[in-house]
Amino acid sequence: MAELDSKIPEGPIAEKWDKHRFNLKLINPANKRKYRVIVVGSGLAGASAAASLAELGFQVACFCYQDSARRAHSIAAQGGINAAKNYQNDGDSIYRLFYDTVKGGDFRAREANVYRLAQVSNNIMDQCVAQGVPFAREYGGCLDNRSFGGAQVSRTFYARGQTGQQLLLGAYSALCCQIGRGAVKMYPRHEMLDLVVIDGQARGIIARDMVSGAITRHVADAVAIGTGGYSNVFYLSTNAKGCNATAIWRAHVRGAYFANPCYTQIHPTCIPVTGEHQSKLTLMSESLRNDGRIWVPLAKEESRAPGKIPESERDYYLERKYPSFGNLAPRDISSRAAKQVCDEGRGIGKSKQGVYLDFADALKRLGRPVIEERYGNLFQMYEEITAEDPYHVPMRIFPAPHYTMGGLWVDYNLMSNLPGLHVIGEANFSDHGANRLGASALMQGLADGYFVLPYTIGDYLARAGICKAGTDHEAFKEAEEAVRGRLKKLLGKKEGKRSVDSFHRELGRLMWNGCGMGRTEASLKGALEKLPKLREAFWEEVKVPGDADHLNQELEKAGRVADLLELAELMCVDALDRSESCGGHFREESQTPDGEALRDDEHFCHVSAWEHAGAGKAPVLHKEPLKFDYVHLQTRSYK
Amino acid sequence: MNFTLRVWRQKDASDPGRMVDHRADGIIPDMSFLEMLDVVNQKLIEKGEEPIAFDHDCREGICGCCGAVVNGTAHGPLPATTLCQLYMRHFRDGDVITIEPWRAKAFPVLRDLCVDRGALDRIMYAGGYITVRTGSAAEANAIPIPKPIADRAMDAAACIGCGACVAACPNASPMLFLSAKVSQYALLPQGQPERELRVKKMVAVAEASGFGACSVHAECEGVCPKNIKLTFISKLNRELIRAHLKS
Repeated sequence: MAELDSKIPEGPIAEKWDKHRFNLKLINPANKRKYRVIVVGSGLAGASAAASLAELGFQVACFCYQDSARRAHSIAAQGGINAAKNYQNDGDSIYRLFYDTVKGGDFRAREANVYRLAQVSNNIMDQCVAQGVPFAREYGGCLDNRSFGGAQVSRTFYARGQTGQQLLLGAYSALCCQIGRGAVKMYPRHEMLDLVVIDGQARGIIARDMVSGAITRHVADAVAIGTGGYSNVFYLSTNAKGCNATAIWRAHVRGAYFANPCYTQIHPTCIPVTGEHQSKLTLMSESLRNDGRIWVPLAKEESRAPGKIPESERDYYLERKYPSFGNLAPRDISSRAAKQVCDEGRGIGKSKQGVYLDFADALKRLGRPVIEERYGNLFQMYEEITAEDPYHVPMRIFPAPHYTMGGLWVDYNLMSNLPGLHVIGEANFSDHGANRLGASALMQGLADGYFVLPYTIGDYLARAGICKAGTDHEAFKEAEEAVRGRLKKLLGKKEGKRSVDSFHRELGRLMWNGCGMGRTEASLKGALEKLPKLREAFWEEVKVPGDADHLNQELEKAGRVADLLELAELMCVDALDRSESCGGHFREESQTPDGEALRDDEHFCHVSAWEHAGAGKAPVLHKEPLKFDYVHLQTRSYK
Repeated sequence: MNFTLRVWRQKDASDPGRMVDHRADGIIPDMSFLEMLDVVNQKLIEKGEEPIAFDHDCREGICGCCGAVVNGTAHGPLPATTLCQLYMRHFRDGDVITIEPWRAKAFPVLRDLCVDRGALDRIMYAGGYITVRTGSAAEANAIPIPKPIADRAMDAAACIGCGACVAACPNASPMLFLSAKVSQYALLPQGQPERELRVKKMVAVAEASGFGACSVHAECEGVCPKNIKLTFISKLNRELIRAHLKS
């Protein structure tokens, strides 16, 4: 296996991407149609990549597990997308967006990648507007902006509370155009179950048609995975129920390194858990923190209704601890602060695991129509779920697993260490370091798909020397047999005692307690002891009804949970190895006297990329050192 | 709370299918409708039976995956609500609840409550886009769009493509879905170059896909989880007439 080479171009940071693009090898337009690319996933990254590659002339096949490409979970992003347009004239610039993102990521992201992200952020806005994405506008007809956490400028563009939906529908429309032309072949309700590697190059996938159960082989010259993150390892998360790590985990088992698996983001503003039956958690957009004020009672065991607690007995703890950013402190910091006040016994609601997000002041200042205009659909959603009216009673919120900054390792070209395997969007690790800022996920997904991968994949195809191979190749046969074997094994325990969900819930609890918002050596070692036993019990006792030749949702879930059970262990191994705190990774042993994350740059200023060494063997760690030439390493402060 | 569920069960496209009774006991009012089905399914799995298949994903009312006809109404009794955002507190203890899949010739049943809504995608493939090559866009603020127009385009764009409009329509017409997309682009300056061609192509595919025509029953508006208004269908009709007159 080749050593890690990030392939960051030489030269000043502002010129790297331009120079690199010039150095990339091109493919003659007439030859592009001879190359076939598989894109797995149809979210912002997958749909934008598939559409853009097809426009260039490549043959594209795009796979998604949903019944339509339009339903990928990018759709659920509410708040907005960042771009360095500086339309507000408030001092924004590409450099500032770059700086904020590197700092927000707690100095664990690659500078060159982040700078490129900030550069193309402006192209993304242009592209989306041209597609007819109905962004919010001012009365003069220009685009409107709002503020988001971790930034002191207003650079977030939005479409009511449905920005992710509108951007995804934009990318989906571009994809539709190419499907209509016959340039993209779309495979909905298909799940990638294995990656096929021939002569060390990623050359195809094995997929299951989720309706007929047919296992099919698909060959290509390159594969791009954009299947999102793995927050569902916690069972309860803001991810869609179907979100899973099977594509990236199977690719990892086939040789792709997994980078920084322990970097998970716990989002501060979600609706608290109400009971055991809960199947998922619902996010309330971070944009609410623009006008909502977060507080808990000063006293422990407070039993009065929020309206009866006088101002003097409330603790607006974010405003108190971080006066310059206040309620707009970054996500990791806000989440931890909420956990701290709840741990002190000052949490609210029945479970005492919650804090108030109060709009009373904003309603007084701006009036109800303005608040309705900004957040109407979110308020409505909150009321539907909780049966409480947030115009009159403060919202109750609590942190929840939301995003994973870790993912498959990629170089500057978004290619993994496995030649031909490209990884885009949340599925890769590259741009957010140890903490992602709000409104940056949409930006990265679209940057990768529209403006990075279409350039870099051509260079790979032109240089790689790809042999001719068909689906009758031995590697396809072997991968298909492995897939069939796994399915058979999952269906084999009809006398089993436990459902897939019961294992998934147990895994979620174990990970939340062992590798959640706060992690310690003891909690991680405990989890590492329990995980192999849970995995063993799963394979012994899991009961999956039905067969593999029909639509079988239990079988789909079982395969995903089996892979999450393995990934969970790697997360804990990585979290244990990284004994510093950084961003969303908070090792309780490593904190400042006032409870902030304490980095250890001397020992951990690197990307941890893990190599799969085979079942039952300890994964092998490869380190990619991180260099900060522009944003100098410093303690993050939002005070 | 305890309920009797009368659910459509159908193993695959070749099975004629039937209504089957299931018990839903020990349900908490704070459970969503889909969480209630989760509870029922867990019991079925324990008994070694196959659970009720239903489509769902985000469970936040935005992906458009879920949907079933509950007591005769698409997405159930609450207005402007997807099935995943319907909570059991809106039912009475002891109720008998009938649950059926979307019914339309263009939406063949795949299993139980899962249907194939691919026909909606095919309408989109025919013209549900503004052709703009990646990289060829003008500066975002180069085209000012008056706020009322942008807002109206957003009202139309809010469609989640769930298919409830088709399921509710006695003719199984997709016109609310189709009109939302046509209107969004017809309203915006970016959508003008393809305005006539788009509506003609999309309507032609809809007609060829086994959907019915619109005769303004307005059932679609009543069940739409995103409050898409019937006036968009009027707009669609005007757009179609305009397109034919112009050519």
